[in-house]
Amino acid sequence: MTSSPPVQSEIGRPRPREETRRLLAGRGSYTDDVDWPGQLHAAFLRSPYPHATIAAIDTAEAEAMPGVAAVLTWDKLATVCKPWQTVSLAFPGLRSPVQHPLANGRAAYQGEPVALVLAASRALAEDAIEAIAVDWEEQPAATDLATALDPDAPLVHPELTSNLAWQYERASGDVDALFARAAAVVSTRLRFTRHTGVPLEPRSVMARFDPDAGILDVRMSHQMPHQMQLHLASFLDLPMARVRVHAPHVGGGFGIKMHVYQDEIAVCAAARLLGRPVKFVADRIESMISDVHAREHEVDARMAVDADGRILAFDIHDLHGLGAYSVYPRSSTMETLSALRAIGASYRFDGYRARADIVLQNKTPTGQYRSVGHPIACTVTERLVDLAATKLGIEPLEMRRRNYVRIEDMPMVNAAGAHVFDLSHHACLERLTTLIDLPTLRAEIDAACATGRLLGLGFAAFVEFTASGSEVYGSARVPVAASDTVVVTLEPDGSVRADASVSEIGQGITQGLAQVLADAIGVPVARVQVQAGDTGRTPHGGGAWSSRGAAIGGEAAWQAGLRLREEILKAAASLLQADPDALDIRDGVITDRVGAARMDLAAFAETVVFRGHELPPGASPQLTVAHTYRRPQDSAIPVNGIQAALVEVDAETGLVRCLRHWAVEDCGRILNPLLVDGQIRGGIVQGIGEALYEACRYDPSGQFVTGTLADYLLPMAGEMPDITIAHVETPYSGSALGAKGAGESGTCAAGAAILNAVNDALARHGGSVDTLPITPMAVLAALGRRVAEAA
Amino acid sequence: MRPARFDYARPDSVAQALDLLATHEDARVLAGGQSLMPLLNLRLAQPSLLVDINGLADLNYISADETGLRVGALVRHAELLANAAVKTDFPLLAAALGHVAHDGIRNRGTVCGSLAFADPSAELPACAVALGAELVLASARGQRAVPAAAFFQGIYETAIEPDEMVLEVRFPRVPAGWHFAFQEIARRRGDFAMAGVIAGWQLQRGQVAEARVVTFALGPTATRVPGAESALAGATPGNEAAAEAACAALDNVEIMESGEYPVAYKRHLAAVLLRRALRRLAEGTE
Repeated sequence: MTSSPPVQSEIGRPRPREETRRLLAGRGSYTDDVDWPGQLHAAFLRSPYPHATIAAIDTAEAEAMPGVAAVLTWDKLATVCKPWQTVSLAFPGLRSPVQHPLANGRAAYQGEPVALVLAASRALAEDAIEAIAVDWEEQPAATDLATALDPDAPLVHPELTSNLAWQYERASGDVDALFARAAAVVSTRLRFTRHTGVPLEPRSVMARFDPDAGILDVRMSHQMPHQMQLHLASFLDLPMARVRVHAPHVGGGFGIKMHVYQDEIAVCAAARLLGRPVKFVADRIESMISDVHAREHEVDARMAVDADGRILAFDIHDLHGLGAYSVYPRSSTMETLSALRAIGASYRFDGYRARADIVLQNKTPTGQYRSVGHPIACTVTERLVDLAATKLGIEPLEMRRRNYVRIEDMPMVNAAGAHVFDLSHHACLERLTTLIDLPTLRAEIDAACATGRLLGLGFAAFVEFTASGSEVYGSARVPVAASDTVVVTLEPDGSVRADASVSEIGQGITQGLAQVLADAIGVPVARVQVQAGDTGRTPHGGGAWSSRGAAIGGEAAWQAGLRLREEILKAAASLLQADPDALDIRDGVITDRVGAARMDLAAFAETVVFRGHELPPGASPQLTVAHTYRRPQDSAIPVNGIQAALVEVDAETGLVRCLRHWAVEDCGRILNPLLVDGQIRGGIVQGIGEALYEACRYDPSGQFVTGTLADYLLPMAGEMPDITIAHVETPYSGSALGAKGAGESGTCAAGAAILNAVNDALARHGGSVDTLPITPMAVLAALGRRVAEAA
Repeated sequence: MRPARFDYARPDSVAQALDLLATHEDARVLAGGQSLMPLLNLRLAQPSLLVDINGLADLNYISADETGLRVGALVRHAELLANAAVKTDFPLLAAALGHVAHDGIRNRGTVCGSLAFADPSAELPACAVALGAELVLASARGQRAVPAAAFFQGIYETAIEPDEMVLEVRFPRVPAGWHFAFQEIARRRGDFAMAGVIAGWQLQRGQVAEARVVTFALGPTATRVPGAESALAGATPGNEAAAEAACAALDNVEIMESGEYPVAYKRHLAAVLLRRALRRLAEGTE
């Protein structure tokens, strides 16, 4: 760089997201908002059984129905589409069979797509589905987590010898000796119920194939269009250059829209086969049963502490219910590893042993969902810490304070193999204590409890590993992009256009990048236009996952912007016969170092683009530059924080009311506090949902019974507490901007804080709950009211 | 999901509507559609004809006089909730209506529609039973009035014949001295109730002359609990023993298995709600 770094005035500014205006006015362009001429509407016949072989499918009557163009099964799609199988070097020996876009002779989960109807309207397609005659032979189904590995358990996939998908073990330190010499050992068995992400916009895809050009054109609601481009090219045997995937406005993803789905591939294959555009918009009923589920775990956990309450070791066994298939391409087992790595990550400890049994089930496949395994780790860890604090008579926050990783300890690799650095536990804790005014709050709680009310205060400290680097999937030979690229152009009118490889899924990252570019180049943010999500236009990159937008995309934008600034100043200097070091760009004007205007950026751009002959000889300004950022060190950037929840338990009904919630978090350099706070709030709400409301439930025969939003309880605004957020900013020391991941940490700790708060309330009566979501029946049972057996 | 094919008619008059119902075997009346349309979309109901009565302005009336309240078939929940006469003379209805779903649904859904649909966890059927309402049913054959107790027969089952529609519901004037309390419990505001209780009494010389106890969201229909009512008769407000005896009578109420909430839990909730309702009545609030 020739000049000193530009003044930063946009980075850190709480600008409202520009795009929101358009969305609120109803002028968004979601996948379903566009219609292609001649398009057919897709509807799927899905297996009503958790496990069934298909002896025959008779589609003749359906094909003859009005408006029906085709009824497809796997054998027809097989002519244009390959099946796939999840394989990852990170999970050697992973057992997950081949997946077909439409079930091939056997449905392994209720909701698995079996036949695809293409018709003139969705209603007509659904009429035709009723006319398809399937000769089902029900098979025994394995859905119960606890018995999935029993020798007599039904096999989820008969070609496999057991239901064990993968097994994992890791140990460090002499764990048995540490437990033997411990002053106290606490243990718990925590159950986490499967739940799912429920984006407001359901999964949607439309595809058309031009047989003359050999081009597949796809619009889909997805978090990583480039990944889908890669897979569609592979499955449909097309060159990548002939596959375009465009994710327009996306109405929420949360990880649900990261994966390869059978029905979406079937739609693209159908478009290829039929030569007509096909549109599929999942309705809520099929979304509930076919969107990936997540977080079905039963964790047995022990923690050893010494007489001063210092944590010595963790011993964890995780039984994880994976579903019928390990999700493609990343593998559902990532959730297990993500959980186990983060156990105890806020603290110092010497010994660690973790074992995981990951089991197949005749249930919907599971996959990444906001914060992935971290909520499991945080809930388990923070519950153990509370149990130890109680056992030793140490105040809960003091317990954490005593055990936190300190500044002087970092960087370090802990006994779980997690690399922690640039964290700020003590600072966040002090900030929280001030924020909640702990002494006054405790007095209020005591006063309320004296009148017979049952209030509880719970804490959850967390570390979350964000912005995964290429080590995570690359070394596993799974083709997931971990670097991001920003291409930035100075337009002839002095405005700036950027194409970024991140994905805008409603989190506002394009707004954040616009602010970064505005500062890097020196133009007003209103003159910066950032596009994302279109393989036809934006470079290949990671999309939106692992909270990477600011930490990785932001770096790419910063470096690209600085490069463009340098190009501009170099050429402007020769035009103005000045030294590039003597020039600056501020607010869209090329100035001298004290800010006196020398040349308008628009005038400069016009000169370069239209009157290049006026440039001095040898000047060849590049007004389009690109920068690819791959973080050169650290396979993840840890972030930290602490949350507190105040709840009230109704001792008569068992219902839990959230009264207040606080979060102090450190996501490093904040690009836009409005965006970050929005992410944290939303994440906290989803964590509260996991703790108190949401459950994907199956009856004993394996039938999915929470298939509508009347049964599946989403957290609603009326029940949510005021959420107060404060930030500590410890920049990531390994990048120019210092931004870390912010999008998922709200979810990481919120459920843990709620569980600890409820157990704080129940502790006054000697009971506790150990299953999420916390049901009113479980609360009453913990209070000793034997009025209800567990559902 | 999309509905199965259906025919659609929008009659200009009640007579025309009744004629359509008489001549089509599998017709359903569409008013607010807040319960019916989800059923159609889920294909749980597949009527051959929808008779849209939203054009029948004559059915949009709330009339209050000394005999009581008459609510026409097109009156929306929100309209009844906002009505001044309802607030002063039928505070039970006002209390209950606030628990019916959400604002948007109350703007379109109709009072008579909710009664005709007869969801076991609905608030208005319970009010109708508690207040001794009667429903006026019309068909091409004529009109008849059916008391609430006979009207609600099972889950989504009422006395309505296939060729009939509800014209209005009549709530008789609440005699002086009667007070009611409404209690419902749901996981989230606006959800279907897990349990519901309406308790009311009329006091004479400081004692309960007559009591009314109605449960809903437990069995197939809203139902009076005669054992609870007789347990309260003659008691002084706030009497614990009478309250407990009334709660004990809830043991006889039929409760359906619901999957998520065990029967024992719902029975427990009913007792909690009855106690709370009786406490409210004793405190003189409602």
